[in-house]
Amino acid sequence: MEAHAHGAAHELQIPYNVHPRPDTGLYNAKLGIWLFLASEVMLFGALFSSLILLRTGAPTWPRGWTFLNVPLATVNTFVLIASSVTVVLAWANLRLGNLKWGRLFIAGTLLCAVIFLVNKGFEYRHEFEMHRYPRTSNFMAVYFTMTGLHGLHVLGGVVVFLYFLFPGAKMWKTDRARYTNRIEVAGLYWHFVDLVWIFLFPTLYLL
Amino acid sequence: MTEQTVAVETPAAPPATEHGHGDVHEPGGHHTPEEIKREIRVYLYVFASLAVLTALTVWACYGLKMPVHYAIMIALAIACTKGFLVAGFFMHLLTERKLIYSILMLTVFFFAVLLWGPWHHFVDMIGHQ
Repeated sequence: MEAHAHGAAHELQIPYNVHPRPDTGLYNAKLGIWLFLASEVMLFGALFSSLILLRTGAPTWPRGWTFLNVPLATVNTFVLIASSVTVVLAWANLRLGNLKWGRLFIAGTLLCAVIFLVNKGFEYRHEFEMHRYPRTSNFMAVYFTMTGLHGLHVLGGVVVFLYFLFPGAKMWKTDRARYTNRIEVAGLYWHFVDLVWIFLFPTLYLL
Repeated sequence: MTEQTVAVETPAAPPATEHGHGDVHEPGGHHTPEEIKREIRVYLYVFASLAVLTALTVWACYGLKMPVHYAIMIALAIACTKGFLVAGFFMHLLTERKLIYSILMLTVFFFAVLLWGPWHHFVDMIGHQ
């Protein structure tokens, strides 16, 4: 009976979550996140494509810096870049076997993400106070759609890092290599979120 | 950071997993602690470069308030450089597996198709003027 249960548990174990698959050379989660990121490129790519189409087709197009809060958006850019560094530092420390510093850097990433969202909230509130809504103009529609979708991705990252910081960290005791890989995969997602902002910031605020 | 690392590498560290102690797959194989510490230094240099480039973008486009055509060229050039730094170093694309490159090549192709539409429209519009 016990042997049967052990056998069943072995069968249920997900393969290649630490070691690479011989045919792909990658562990499954890493291949999975890259496929997901490829679909994300297409999602944001479609929005950037729409923005270019709207902008080149419009007789006039407002320059974001004339009315958007550039200093706050600049602070947000620094915050997001800092969060990208903290997440790679978390991963590096976990590879070194240092859970304490790994979790501290995950907490740092989380803090940066929350600061980003709070700043974004201030920005949105200001826009609404100035009676600028998505229906106001094509520019504002693009602004709210793209920054809103990006903000949702940041929020998704917050949920993921909260999980890995608290309940998910228990895995360190049983399977530290797998936990480390999970942080790498979450980090790849987070860097993509940073990458999107790197292009969104000048496109919407500075040009 | 260094002292703490040494501390957890002692036998007092948690027991080895079923996959082996600290046995993490990486694109370039298993890295020694010294190599990982070197990587950390690279990450910090990249962070500093990204911060400088962000300040440069804001100064060039917002501080100088230059004409839109120049602003677009400068901002996009800096954004591409920053994108390269993030993708290359933070996402380790400089040392990644061929399969990832294949996926990204396909993505870049379809992304280019997405951008071809607006570009075609732009060129068409200029032609009619």
